[in-house]
Amino acid sequence: MTEKHHTAHHQTHAHEKKHEGEWEPKIIGFLCNWCSYAGADLCGVSRYQYPTNIRPVRVMCSTRISPHLVLDIFKAGADGILLGGCHIGDCHYISGNYYTEKRVNLMKKLLKESGIAPERLRLEWVSASEGEKFSKVVTEFTETVKALGPNKVKKDERLMSRVAAADMASETFRLKALVGKELNLVGKGNVYDNKLDPEEIEKIITEATSDEFERSLILELSRTKARSVKELGEIMEVPTDKVLRHIVLLRQNSLIAMEHPEGFTPTYKTIEIGGEQ
Amino acid sequence: MATTDKVGAVMVVGGGISGLQSALDLADSGYKVYLVEKNASIGGTMAQLDKTFPTNDCAMCIMAPKLVAAGRHHNIQLITNADIAIVDGQAGNFTVTVRQRAFRVDPTKCTGCGSCAQKCPIEAVDEYNEGTKIRKAIYVAYPQAVPLIYSIDPEKCIGCGICAEECKAKAVDYDQKEKVLEIKVGSIIVSPGFDEFNARLKPEYGYGVYPNVVTSIEFERMLSATGPYFGTVLRPSDGDIPEKIAFIQCVGSRDEHCGNEYCSSVCCMYSIKEAIIAKEHGGNIKPSIFFMDMRAFGKEFDEYYNRAKNEHGIRFVRSRAAAVVENPKTKNMMIKYVENGEPKEEEFGLVVLAVGLTPPADAENLSRVMKFRLNDDGFCQTGAFSPVETSRPGIFVSGAFSSPKDIPMTVAEASGAAAKAGTEITTSRNTLVTKKVYPKEIDVAGKEPRVGVFICHCGINIGGVVNVPEVMEYAKTLPNVVYAEQNLYTCSADAQEKIKEKVKEHDLNRVVVASCTPRTHEPLFQNTIREAGLNAYLFEMANIRDQCSWIHMHEPKAATKKAKALVRMALAKSRLLEPLENLMIDVNQDALVIGGGVSGMVSALELAKQGIKVHLVEREKELGGNLRKLHYLPSGDDPDEYLKKVDQEIRANKNITLHLGTTVKTIDGYVGNFKTQLTDGSEMEHGVVVVAVGGREYKPEGEYLYGKNANVMTLLEFKGKMKKGEVKGDSYVFIQCVGSREDKFPNCSRVCCTGTMTAANKIKDKDPNAKVYVLYRDIRTYGFREKYYKEAAQKGVTFIRFDDEKKPVVEDKGGKIEVRLIDEDTGKEVVLRPDCLVLASGTRPEEGSEELAPMLKVPLTKEGFFLEAHMKLRPIDFATEGVYLAGIAHSPKFVDESIAQALGAVARAMTILSKTTLEAEGIVASVDEQYCDGCGICVPTCEYKALEIIDNKDIKDKKIVDVNVGLCKGCGACVGACPAGALTQKGFRDEQILAMIDAALEEPKKQEVKQ
Repeated sequence: MTEKHHTAHHQTHAHEKKHEGEWEPKIIGFLCNWCSYAGADLCGVSRYQYPTNIRPVRVMCSTRISPHLVLDIFKAGADGILLGGCHIGDCHYISGNYYTEKRVNLMKKLLKESGIAPERLRLEWVSASEGEKFSKVVTEFTETVKALGPNKVKKDERLMSRVAAADMASETFRLKALVGKELNLVGKGNVYDNKLDPEEIEKIITEATSDEFERSLILELSRTKARSVKELGEIMEVPTDKVLRHIVLLRQNSLIAMEHPEGFTPTYKTIEIGGEQ
Repeated sequence: MATTDKVGAVMVVGGGISGLQSALDLADSGYKVYLVEKNASIGGTMAQLDKTFPTNDCAMCIMAPKLVAAGRHHNIQLITNADIAIVDGQAGNFTVTVRQRAFRVDPTKCTGCGSCAQKCPIEAVDEYNEGTKIRKAIYVAYPQAVPLIYSIDPEKCIGCGICAEECKAKAVDYDQKEKVLEIKVGSIIVSPGFDEFNARLKPEYGYGVYPNVVTSIEFERMLSATGPYFGTVLRPSDGDIPEKIAFIQCVGSRDEHCGNEYCSSVCCMYSIKEAIIAKEHGGNIKPSIFFMDMRAFGKEFDEYYNRAKNEHGIRFVRSRAAAVVENPKTKNMMIKYVENGEPKEEEFGLVVLAVGLTPPADAENLSRVMKFRLNDDGFCQTGAFSPVETSRPGIFVSGAFSSPKDIPMTVAEASGAAAKAGTEITTSRNTLVTKKVYPKEIDVAGKEPRVGVFICHCGINIGGVVNVPEVMEYAKTLPNVVYAEQNLYTCSADAQEKIKEKVKEHDLNRVVVASCTPRTHEPLFQNTIREAGLNAYLFEMANIRDQCSWIHMHEPKAATKKAKALVRMALAKSRLLEPLENLMIDVNQDALVIGGGVSGMVSALELAKQGIKVHLVEREKELGGNLRKLHYLPSGDDPDEYLKKVDQEIRANKNITLHLGTTVKTIDGYVGNFKTQLTDGSEMEHGVVVVAVGGREYKPEGEYLYGKNANVMTLLEFKGKMKKGEVKGDSYVFIQCVGSREDKFPNCSRVCCTGTMTAANKIKDKDPNAKVYVLYRDIRTYGFREKYYKEAAQKGVTFIRFDDEKKPVVEDKGGKIEVRLIDEDTGKEVVLRPDCLVLASGTRPEEGSEELAPMLKVPLTKEGFFLEAHMKLRPIDFATEGVYLAGIAHSPKFVDESIAQALGAVARAMTILSKTTLEAEGIVASVDEQYCDGCGICVPTCEYKALEIIDNKDIKDKKIVDVNVGLCKGCGACVGACPAGALTQKGFRDEQILAMIDAALEEPKKQEVKQ
């Protein structure tokens, strides 16, 4: 799955290069009020120059940015997102940026699943006194995004459905719960007073993300057209036995229905009024 | 031993169908039962099955009532998630240490609503669905589980705390610790069931490597509507419906290479069943079954097999599949096999491995802890004449743990073990059971209905969809409602107190609960209102969860509207409810046992040991029946000696009155109150009847020179001669299936194959050079009997298979017998000239069965054997209560099986005889004498024979129907049949039903105006 994605990504990359020169990336910057936004202001006061591509949006804390916002923005065609927060330990709201870090981790996993280069999302800690750092970060990031080329999501139906699926997955209770609890489970301990091994929970979240993404993608792909397991497997580049296992669960949760097959290959269509999701 | 020394309680270890039956029998006959189960819920393997053979009943539908009954029986304590640690003491007085693992959920608070599992973020493999589905780290095994209590899987839980946050009932308790219980019991029954053979040990079939090779139990889940594919058979590799499915038999059975030489007894039948169901689910599916011998040996199994072949078009291939290889491109499976000497290959979309039964994983541990012996195959050791006894006195066994067996035999044995366990402690019966005492009933006659309505949120299960406060406000506006409230969980313990309080406070005389299904919860609420002084039948329920909120999750407005309608309907009925009386019927505590063969003798003796006065009636002048003719058992045990011993015990037992050389002339009455007259003129009254009339060996009607040549004889005749040393000669031919599996008697007689092995081995023991040929169609030495087949083959007995349509031809050539047949395996003609021809003759019902059946109001099969109440789960009962069935009268069977069933009949009978009175149903049919003209149309509609046409006492020369409330089960069949409208069903009267209909239909107008 991952490898094939990389291939897909490289192709995109090569294709994007043709447009270099005439094209300028659109970059959204979410800056927290207390550190990064102040840092950006200081950068201005100090006249450190950086490329024009970034459009800053002020938020009170970097933690405000939920995964689905990021995916929505990529869906809308943005080429890069910069997320600026206070340094770890300095958060105005005590622990907000710890959560930001965990969520960005999830966002990057979902971006990777969907076929958007995770490098298009960058998290940086910029303090109120780091004006120069801010300009460096923006410059560097703009170059990174330029090198990646334009986000083709709007022109690529396949990519759009994958990003939409990632968006849907990011909203599932399961992923929100796991990512929301991760910090405490590792740091403070669970209900049995055991601190979880960070690698163990990381593994659980990675698997859950991949599963939830694939399930969402099945729903996304089967929304307008009933599809067979084999068809889904081919489009998704996921083994058909795994696709079938996802469908078992989706049917159980009344999210997808089997169309009555005429031959030997049943097809499935997404049920429009969703359940929990 | 003094009464006080014996503990009036029994521990049943293993909560599958076997343990359930034992527990219910014992709890219904005056013993306290501790049902210990290693999993978190009871049900065992049967709960996983889709359908059951040979009736194709839905397994869960027939099992769920037993699960529920055990779950709420006041004499049964369920101890689930638990293991046996130590067993001290001796028969009559054991101390058992039980370790109960932590559920991490408080069972007294959990309502089983499932909100926790919905939100739990951790997924795990669902064992109940054999890994074909996913469950959560907090879970119940299956939706109908008993007890319906969620538990946390300690292996999987990451301790995130979400379930505790979700649980409105505050049931999650992460600090719950393992409990160690010390329990005193008088007897123990072990019924831990079996494990499936691990198909990975047969690598040539590719299980675990190829996705489209599945085990039979996985396939069972694939067929089930509650399984992963909602009942459509799909290939795990790609979700296609497989066009061709192959079943490979004997995977892990009859196979010395994997260490299991025994036959697993059930696989042939379950594969036929699975093939039929698969075909029913998808008309285009073509199943093939690869087998060695088709072992359809049980009651009416051969008919099922024949239907599979002839009606359903299932293909049967007589060959042991050698190997399975995947076509990596199509994921189809290539099966390599040899048929008629030729190697062949065939492609299939899906392969099902019919995995055998092995001892349960904890068998060795159980045997060590409980100190009983296992046999060479690792199953629990039992004896030929003690099929439900372990090697340790006071510890009994039932079900597949003692040998692989099907459900009916398991259920019969479970009752048998219950009888033995009860006999051990019979002096302490009724010492540990509790009887509920209710306050005096409030008289509601003539009072205006005052209804209290309690509406349940069920956490968010109802409240999340239906607007419960709105329904409650609406209920308040309905006539006769004097009180309405909403509860988070109406079934919780505190809510019961609240209901009782409100009944008093508002002088309520009817209670309506709007919550889940009455099938599980009505008895709980009925009990609550009885505690409040109301008659249990002044209760009505509206099912606004299972049949409203859960199925209209996305239409909250419409669901709320429907919930209001359901409440309005329940209210309409509640206004017309009346108190019903559960009539008490006196019980005569004596028993009548008909038939003095091994079954009748065992039943009579065991009943007598439990203090019951027994009349044992036998047609012959001596006891023993067929047991007198056996002389040899394959195990080497001596049936003659056993017969002598039991005969003596019976004659010495003062509780048994023998009636030899006589038969039953008439039987009248009903459960608890039978009156019987014998042909010798004696009369007796009794509370139950055990039918153990047996069967007899078929005497061939001229087939194979029988009766024409003195050297042609039946198997039993041959054994008789052998015993007397009258057998001469050095060559023998046995012909199987004489009078069995034929047009008139299509079914197998079960015992002849093994009986033939016994005789053949005996001949070979005496004269190793003797030539012995067995001519057969299928060898059906099921279970551990397989080893006698193998022994015969090793001793040089020659087995020649003939085709069903090409029977051997036997001719008399100048006094010498000549047998000609085509060997089906080689296609060549074989000519044999034996000194002696033995016909393995089938079993026929006993003479007189046809006269006896109508006297008892019980049915016969078309072959003339007695037909039990239900082929799967009630092998000993009849629909007519108080009449029980044992031995060959039910169907041909071995001595050990007859003994188990005969003991089972005792346990079933004791559920009646242990009481002085029986409580009849409240919901029964009643007759309006004014309208009944005695036409009798209703009589045949009653399965329970509760209706009888009698003379009308008031009007001369007129007839009238009489309802025996002791027998009436309250189904209402007669009410629907009555052309005069004279019959009504209490609790479901026409006006009650019509009031609900009116309430259902009145709604649209009013509601539309309002909105």
